Amino acid sequence: MTDQPEAIQEPIIDQLRARFADAILAQQQTKDNIPTLWCRPERIGELLRYAKTGVAQPFRQLYDLTAIDERWRTHRDGQPAADFTVVYHLLSHERNADLRIKVPLTGEFPRLPTATGIWSAANWYEREVWDMFGITFDGHPGLRRILLPATWQGHPLRKEHPARATEMGPFQLPEEKQIREEDALRLNPQEWGLDAKGGNTDLMLLNLGPQHPGTHGVFRIALLLDGEEIVQTVPEIGFHHRGAEKMAERQTWHTYIPYTDRIDYLGGVMNNLPYVLAVEKLAGITVPDRAKVIRVMLVELFRIASHLVWYGTFVQDVGAMSPVFYMFNDRERIFDIITAITGGRMHPSWFRIGGVAQDLPQGWEKLVEDFLRPMPEHLQSYNKAMMENSILKARTQGIGRMSLDEAIDWGVTGPNLRACGLEWDWRKKRPYSGYEQFEFEIPTAQCGDCYDRSLVRIEEIRQSLRIIEQCWKNMPAGPYKADHPLTTPPRKERTLKDIETLINHFLGVTWGPVLPPGEVSVGIEATKGNTSYYLISDGGIHSYRTRIRTPSFAHLQQLPELCRGLMVPDLLAIIGNLDYVMADVDR
Amino acid sequence: MNPIVKQLLIIVVIFGGAMSASAGLIWLERRLLSLWQDRYGPNRVGPFGLMQVVADMIKIFFKEDWIPPFADRMVFVVAPAMLVVSVLMSFAVLPVMPGIAVSDLNVGLLFFLGMSSLGVYGIALGGWASNNKYALLGAIRATAQMLSYEVFMGLALMGVVMISGSFNLGRIVVAQEKMWFCISQFPAMVVFIIAGFAETHRMPFDLPEAESELIAGFHTEYSGIKFGLFFVGEYLGVTMISAMIVTLFFGGWHGPLLPPIVWFLLKTLIFISGFILVRASLPRPRYDQLMAFGWKVLLPVALVNLLVTGAVMLAKGV
Repeated sequence: MTDQPEAIQEPIIDQLRARFADAILAQQQTKDNIPTLWCRPERIGELLRYAKTGVAQPFRQLYDLTAIDERWRTHRDGQPAADFTVVYHLLSHERNADLRIKVPLTGEFPRLPTATGIWSAANWYEREVWDMFGITFDGHPGLRRILLPATWQGHPLRKEHPARATEMGPFQLPEEKQIREEDALRLNPQEWGLDAKGGNTDLMLLNLGPQHPGTHGVFRIALLLDGEEIVQTVPEIGFHHRGAEKMAERQTWHTYIPYTDRIDYLGGVMNNLPYVLAVEKLAGITVPDRAKVIRVMLVELFRIASHLVWYGTFVQDVGAMSPVFYMFNDRERIFDIITAITGGRMHPSWFRIGGVAQDLPQGWEKLVEDFLRPMPEHLQSYNKAMMENSILKARTQGIGRMSLDEAIDWGVTGPNLRACGLEWDWRKKRPYSGYEQFEFEIPTAQCGDCYDRSLVRIEEIRQSLRIIEQCWKNMPAGPYKADHPLTTPPRKERTLKDIETLINHFLGVTWGPVLPPGEVSVGIEATKGNTSYYLISDGGIHSYRTRIRTPSFAHLQQLPELCRGLMVPDLLAIIGNLDYVMADVDR
Repeated sequence: MNPIVKQLLIIVVIFGGAMSASAGLIWLERRLLSLWQDRYGPNRVGPFGLMQVVADMIKIFFKEDWIPPFADRMVFVVAPAMLVVSVLMSFAVLPVMPGIAVSDLNVGLLFFLGMSSLGVYGIALGGWASNNKYALLGAIRATAQMLSYEVFMGLALMGVVMISGSFNLGRIVVAQEKMWFCISQFPAMVVFIIAGFAETHRMPFDLPEAESELIAGFHTEYSGIKFGLFFVGEYLGVTMISAMIVTLFFGGWHGPLLPPIVWFLLKTLIFISGFILVRASLPRPRYDQLMAFGWKVLLPVALVNLLVTGAVMLAKGV
């Protein structure tokens, strides 16, 4: 989501302004140049529906929906008065443009009409906002807690909610509390909208997870079964919630980087990228070419690593036990390179504001070359063993099928969206970090079923290999860190020459960099889809609000639609195929 | 030698052989799988990691013998034993070399089919008594799968019976002196091997315990030595089916130069390794696909094979 061309921005703003003159309160200038309009809460449904269906080249995807607690914010120049703001981030693939609609709300626990009737994807997002901020969405079909346990007191992303254990008093677990908490975990079919006595046959209620070998992490699904046929599915998430967004409000801009690594824990530095890109945009830092290419190379290595884990575990879910070992071996070869460059494996936290932590070590070329050479042949043999296997085809073709319209409606991004036939990759459409200089293709497929999604991901591994090869051949010389006062850790060469630089360095290292106030949202094509970081700086050393939009969250929400009428093994094949990580879902 | 002593000796040797084969199989499977999966497998305990089996046995014997409070105690305990006993019983009719079998039953083949049918009770009851939904699903799958594949298994073998003119396994082997039935009864062999995979519920037909779907299927609630018995039962089944493939289609003990028993064991070992190789390489079909494949493909093949065999025999005037 880099700067958008000015030409396509104006019409939508003009159109909305013309039609909703009385509803639009203000237009806000943000650092990311996404057109941002403030709309009255009463007219929001109408405006959203118009943006989705009324305009030419409509904004068909609800990319993100979140909120901001505005009560403690000091820099709000030109923004309408509000205690809370609900933010709708819309995306139009036809325009290749974003639209941000903000709704100012006043009061301690404000209310707003739901958008679930407009986008299916709004369901979980609104539940999350309710869970985190206590904002009620009128007309929502099941406004329950989503990430936090049902017994939780308070709404954590509100500013008054404590962020540290030291603010909360010692933790205690008396027996009656333990019993209460355990009771809350009991499956309550009525509350979840499951009716085991439907129709003529008695249905079986099956609790799958949160500890189950097939769910890829702590994820719980309540299934209503007729024999082995799935009648209804209710996913429950939140077991992996760490409060990453809340933590961002107490860590400095710099010290938050390691937390991002663990959002999609298979993506490693892929998670650093949107965060540092967003911070750099807020700070106005231009990153040198060498740092850009180092970033691209590491990120693509992690894309391959993540796709290999997906490949292995997916075919294992379909029952093939061997491939996962071959793929983990290949992944281990990637980690050899990562270890040589960064010293870490899965979570190197290697990117810094303004560059990367260190220059590439001597001899990295050899390591990368040794990895690149055998890979195409390996992929070929995996293909032969698995993708051409008739049992695997029978298990995946036509299973978990989504149409392009459904995918857009549910907020699906990344390989899952491309498997529905839309050629949509931010590395091509909105190049960031120098992707415009690389030659690669965007693989797509047509059916949108499990098999096609697999084909797309496997082809992406090949394309990533191409990108890495280009990085390896054309690594530019030069600094690996930007020469900018907000680069962290700052450059040290001139600190002993003049006092200003020394003070800047001292503050940057001890305190952390102070970023100018502003709002920015940067998204990238991450391993599983589009990840974006929406940062709000209030002119301090930490962010005022950090919103992490992850692809897994949206993908998992669609699960009940994908497996309706199929059988239990199909559900597991779809789960394995969607490629999500629970840490990425729950944050 | 006193015939009773001789008979007892045969029983002890075959019983011991079957049990140690199934124990050895644990080691063999783990080593072979790791060989095919680019890793080492158990290689620390004793030479080539062979003592790993002993270590595992000691561990599993000393584990807490736990029965879930919600289970049907009696059935829960008996079920694994039923599985093992039924498989062990079928070893009784196996002719390992000329004239050597625990029981030279003249309906040996029927006895084998009967015993392998009984095996399903162990699994179905185990899953049922666990009082666990996953175990129940696994048990239902196992029952449906084994009952259907029994049909094709039996039908496939009728061709062999027609040609050799006997249900006695020893005589079936003798009938293969000139030509192994794997040539004249090729379709039957294919059907039998596939049904054998289903009978032992080994990959790719391991749906009753499909770990990524049903956790551990019918033995989800089992632990300790009872869990171990299910495994012994599975490995005994693999050994038994391999031995039956050899006996019925690959000439049993027949073979040049080497003594008959060596041929028999060698051939059996090859098929056991085949079982493991298949496990290493194939994904798992879905339950309904498995049933459809059985009834729509294997059953017609078995029937046509029977028809053609009969026609040929009639034409030859045997």
